[in-house]
Formats: sequence, C-alpha cells, structure tokens
Amino acid sequence: MKSIISNINKAFDHRIRLGIMSVLMVNDHADFKSLKELLGATDGNVASHTKALEKQKYIKVEKSFIDRKPNTKYIATEKGRKAFQEHLDALEKLLNAGNELNK
Amino acid sequence: MENEKYLKDLSEIRNMMSRSSRFISLSGLSGVFAGCYAIIGAVLAKSLLAGRESVYDNFDEVSKLAMNSDLVPQLILIALAVLVLAIGTAIFLTTRKARKNEQKIWDATTKRLVINFFAPLVAGGLFCLVLLQYGLLGLIAPSMLIFYGLALIHGSKYTFADLKSLGYANLVLGLIATQFIGYGIYFWAIGFGVFHIIYGIWMHRKYDRKSAE
Repeated sequence: MKSIISNINKAFDHRIRLGIMSVLMVNDHADFKSLKELLGATDGNVASHTKALEKQKYIKVEKSFIDRKPNTKYIATEKGRKAFQEHLDALEKLLNAGNELNK
Repeated sequence: MENEKYLKDLSEIRNMMSRSSRFISLSGLSGVFAGCYAIIGAVLAKSLLAGRESVYDNFDEVSKLAMNSDLVPQLILIALAVLVLAIGTAIFLTTRKARKNEQKIWDATTKRLVINFFAPLVAGGLFCLVLLQYGLLGLIAPSMLIFYGLALIHGSKYTFADLKSLGYANLVLGLIATQFIGYGIYFWAIGFGVFHIIYGIWMHRKYDRKSAE
C-alpha cells in the first residue's frame, strides 16, 4: 500500500496542474491563451501553475513573437510525460485497491 | 473520501484530454442534410443518365459517348452543388451548435480536423478529375467513396471517434462498387445518401439531444 501512495505525485495534486499536463500529453504544444480557456482559469492562476511545473522540468516554455505580440508556448518534457504516466498508473492502482477493500 | 477525489481527478484528465484534442461541436443533423442532398443529386443524375442507360453498361462506349456530350459538365455541376450545399449546411449547423455550447468554433482542434479531413479528400478529388481526363467514368463513383472513407477515418482522430465507422462503411462500399461498374450511381446514393442519414440520426441522438437537455 505504501509503495502505491509514494507514486502519487504531489506536483499533480491540483486541478489546474492536472489539467495543464492532460492537455500537453495529447497535444504537441499549447499556448497560454488556449490553456486559460480550456481550464477556465485566470491569468495569474495559469502563470503560477505553469511556473511550478516548469520548475520541476515537467514542461518547457518557448517564448516567441507572433505579429509582434508575445506568444508563450508550453510543451511537455520527456520527464514530465513519464512522471504523469506514473501518476496515472498510481491513481488507477489506488482506485482498484479501494474497490478491492470495499468488496 | 480520498477515492472520490482521485476519481474526480481521473474524469478531469479525460475531459481535458478530449476537449483539447478533439473537435466536438460537429452537428449530427448536418449528416442528415448532406444525405438528403446526395440522394436528390443522385436522382437528378439518374434522370440525366436515363436516356443512355444502355451505353452506361458498357465501360468503353460510355467514355467516348459521354465525353463528347454535355452530360459530363452537368454531372459535375450536380456533384459540386451537392458538395457546396452539404458543406454549407454543416458549417451553419456546427457553428450554431458551438455557439449554443459556448465553445469556440475556430481553434486548434478545428484547424487540425479540417486539415486532416481535407488532405485525403482533395487528393481524391484530383484523382477523380484524372479518371475523368482518361474517360474512366465508371471508376469515379467508387473512387469518391473510397477517398471519402479514407478522409473520414483520418479525420475521426480529431473529432468524434464514431466518424471512423462511417469511414470504414464508405471505404468497403467503394471497394465493392469497383466490381459493379455501371451501377456506380446506386452505390454513390447509398454511401453519400443513406449512410449519412442513418449516421446523422444516430449522432444527433447520441450527442446533440443529450447536450440540449
């Protein structure tokens, strides 16, 4: 039981961070605006959570200019993908274990 | 309590993954309309062909005769009218549905769907023009079905996965049609007409009605 819980990743223990990673798992990249719209979060919210994930090196940030407007692109790193997959596996195991106990 | 939170996490993950990568405003009703246009188009084309029924059975004859008449431009005109009406209705109904659900109509998921759906379709359209160029009229209807099927299968990755079954149905129908040259118009009516209507009703019941409630 203990080993399962240790795989639950604290970095993903928040709705916004979970959402950002989910979006980046199935898309090559996403920009700040589309993340904001998808998650229904505020600018500050998205900014602080992407920063937290970036610090863990789970996502990387690419800044560029499109029509002279700054555009921020987020991409999941290999490390982030692996960590998120492990987090999903842990969630699955945990829920299965819970079901077993309830029987 | 903990379990509930994790379950909620999982459903959030699933929701975000599909919402960010799939275009889900596609209207089921537009399939029904497209099917109706196709059947009307097929009936019109059939009445144009009616006088030349006997030659249409013969692969070689038809190419020579038809190429020299005004039949081909008329048939092309019908096909284009069906295409424009079907796409126009689809855009109109899909925009309406997106607005109702407060989703954006033109975002990354739409772009991806349009590119991936139209790439095989445009290739198919050009290929059909080549068939026309060499007078291989009998193969045009099967080719349209085959390429349309492939376009649907390819596009289904970026919208409702259900689109894939319609794609395979058209693909198989197109391949069968290659063995019944001269009956292309019937296969065309089944694939673009009947299949669209059945599929449109099914999609409408599965997604549109549910979201309206």
